Amino acid sequence: MTLILEAVVFGVLTGGVYALMASGLTLIFGVMRIINVGHGALVILGAYLSYALLSSGAHVDPFVSLLITMPAMFILGVVLQLAFIRPLKEDREALSVLVTYAVALGIEGLLGFIFTNNFVQLNAWYQTASFAIFGFHIAYVYVFGFALCVAILVAMFLMLYRTPFGAAIRATMLNRTAAQLVGVNVDRVSAVAFGIGVATAAAGGVVFGMTNSFDPGSHYDLISRLLTIIVLGGLGSLRGAIIGAVVMLIVEDLASVVVSPVWASFAFFVILVVVLVVRPQGLYGIRVRERI
Amino acid sequence: MSMLEVASLSKQFGGVTAVDACSLSLEQGSITGLIGPNGSGKTTVFNLITGFLPKDSGDVLFNGQSIANLGPDRVYALGIGRTFQLARIFPRLTALENMLVPMRRQGLRGLFAHGHRHDERTRAMDMLATMDIAHVAGLLGGALSYGQRKLLELAAVMMVQPQLVLLDEPAGGVNPALVERISGHIRMLNAQGVSFLLVEHNMPFVMGLCNDIVVLHRGSVLASGTPAEIRGNAAVLEAYLGS
Amino acid sequence: MTRLVTSTPVKLGALAVVIVLALLLPVFASDPATTNIAVFVAMYVGLATAWNIMGGYTGYISLGHAAFFGFGAYALGLILAHLGIAGGYEPFLFVPVAGVLTAVLAVGIGWVALRTRAATFVIVTIAMMFMVQLLAENLVGLTGGGAGLSFPVPPWTGDFYNNPFYYAMLLMALVALGISWWIRRSKFGLGLLAIRDDEDKALAVGVPAHAYKLVAFIVSAALVGMIGAVYGYYVTYIYPQFAVDPLIGLSMVLMAFFGGLGTLWGPVIGAVILEYIQLNFAYNFGASQLYLVFYAAVFLVVIRLMPRGIVPSVSGLITRLSSRQAVGPSDAAGSAQDTHVLAEPSP
Repeated sequence: MTLILEAVVFGVLTGGVYALMASGLTLIFGVMRIINVGHGALVILGAYLSYALLSSGAHVDPFVSLLITMPAMFILGVVLQLAFIRPLKEDREALSVLVTYAVALGIEGLLGFIFTNNFVQLNAWYQTASFAIFGFHIAYVYVFGFALCVAILVAMFLMLYRTPFGAAIRATMLNRTAAQLVGVNVDRVSAVAFGIGVATAAAGGVVFGMTNSFDPGSHYDLISRLLTIIVLGGLGSLRGAIIGAVVMLIVEDLASVVVSPVWASFAFFVILVVVLVVRPQGLYGIRVRERI
Repeated sequence: MSMLEVASLSKQFGGVTAVDACSLSLEQGSITGLIGPNGSGKTTVFNLITGFLPKDSGDVLFNGQSIANLGPDRVYALGIGRTFQLARIFPRLTALENMLVPMRRQGLRGLFAHGHRHDERTRAMDMLATMDIAHVAGLLGGALSYGQRKLLELAAVMMVQPQLVLLDEPAGGVNPALVERISGHIRMLNAQGVSFLLVEHNMPFVMGLCNDIVVLHRGSVLASGTPAEIRGNAAVLEAYLGS
Repeated sequence: MTRLVTSTPVKLGALAVVIVLALLLPVFASDPATTNIAVFVAMYVGLATAWNIMGGYTGYISLGHAAFFGFGAYALGLILAHLGIAGGYEPFLFVPVAGVLTAVLAVGIGWVALRTRAATFVIVTIAMMFMVQLLAENLVGLTGGGAGLSFPVPPWTGDFYNNPFYYAMLLMALVALGISWWIRRSKFGLGLLAIRDDEDKALAVGVPAHAYKLVAFIVSAALVGMIGAVYGYYVTYIYPQFAVDPLIGLSMVLMAFFGGLGTLWGPVIGAVILEYIQLNFAYNFGASQLYLVFYAAVFLVVIRLMPRGIVPSVSGLITRLSSRQAVGPSDAAGSAQDTHVLAEPSP
């Protein structure tokens, strides 16, 4: 029983970081209708940036490093959008997949070149500190990481629902043409939204990097999970991304305990298959139907 | 037995009842107009009949056979064609290829059938000629003007000789000269045995062309009869203009 | 002049010349390094062409075809192991069996994946690929898991060793091209292209879209599976992450895009050019991770310059040039708008 409770608790705690990463990904899809297959690589990039700062003479704490990496990655996101996404005219959805995949490969290569392919982890000085609860131990980093993810998600929701710019983003997500007609600069919204998505990837990278060991090739596994989560939640739905992430991670951790760790990640995809058979548009997605 | 019979058809979207126990019937050889104020459910009825939307309750019978649960391709195979409110053709195929796409009861035999068979090509070109658009046969659908697309759409639907064609605003978005031509094409095809059910807002077009009119209001049939009867119907006038 | 170049007898003649050259390649370039390149080029020509049958003709972009590639490899490996087939020519006879098994897998995957459209479909295929990879890793009793699976070693030696594999890959490529050509000229192919343009409209004119998409998916998958089987036999030892390799799955997509999605020859041209570049990069930079960076950079540049791919861009250029010759500069647009009496003001 303790094991099951532990699995659920960890599912929620790790679900938080996946929720954050998936939110960025689904936001990008909602605003630009593109699948950023490079999102996993951007998360890993964020992790490595924090790793570099941590390993440097200044020994910057991973959480503190966000003050540098988040703005930096925001700018990177805007640049990427302007350079590679905006110029796509025909076949945007399909080409953007290839373009972002190319970006991901480029990042993987660069990181491999600079940091080599050895696995690393963001080890803060309090890495091993933990507390006991309900008969098992939780390391503080999990809780801090979870708190950070929640904080950023709350900030994102506040921005989306309480600020004029957030309204512009939501308008663009709902109906790009209509938004343009009421004066929203959809190009600027797209660029900024992409930047926000990448900035959240930086934050996700820190939390992910503190609780997992990673190497440049880790983005494959990561992006496959993130994509599965946003499809489960419904493409473009932030609520769906968050719930989907938590559900997926809880089920995975439960499967690890109840069945075996080996099949845990398989359970991940089985949920996706089941949901798609029953409800192809995901939990909160809308049925995509051409206007008839 | 009427050719098409809609029996107490209903459809809801969330809290909105788009089609409310709608019942109507069409006879073979007729040209029937389906009119009504905006939002009365006309296009929804079309989508229900042609299998683009699943019904909530009721039935649609074509020559006595229930078609309410069939997909659009099966409905077309049975002999009901349709056009769309904003003319839809295949933009990356040529006009001629657009004419060769429609298929009836072919399924996987299509793997072994040549896409550009000589007899089909000839028939397609003839069809395009009767619509006076034979000269654009080699152009991509995306390069055609809107009027040409409308004519192409109708011509393509006719390729497999459907019994009944549902036209969604055939006179919409085109100049008066073309409206006249379209009216003439419909009359000509009707003389060859094709029945039509058309949704339209252009009253002179409808009154001049149709021998039967059905008025839809808030998802159900308000009145039906000849153009003269409908013109004189006070309830219809009230539905359109409000009280 | 352009009309001469694009006429049918000239095209057929050129094709015949290319095929003859391809068949004779091991004769005048018999060193293993060159024939190895030839094996991989032929492999990717086949893969890109097979992928194009689904992705190019229907517009449903599958990024998970690596699943079929790896599955085909494992299927053949397991069949050979269970039947105790020794290395030599015999294993090639079982490649079609691997293809049939891959087709069965495709029915299962396709049935789920094709319930979705557009962006969701892409993602589902990626997820499916990872599932297959996970199965390969975790069904240790069956596949050997992370330790890999071995194929029987053929008895050939020296310069000759690569040749049977080259001809096998070439045969697969020709089969894929033949099927692609057949589909393209059939009513079925026309239906697929209609689905790509407007699936609902296609349904409205009687195209049985669901069945057609599934058939295209299965055919595409089976071909890729057979090519994967030959690959497995060629490399003699396969591991889950290198048989079900996302990079291979991505490469075939890239090549089809690069050459021209939905065209017959686009994937061939794209495969030849990109595979040549990829192998060059691997030889020159393979040791370092910069190889990935350069590959990505080349790809991004190409997409910026020729987003529609080579074949459509080049043929568009030819059309513009020839219409300019025939009519004059004022009508140089590829498709002349009809300014007849039918032109009316837009609403």
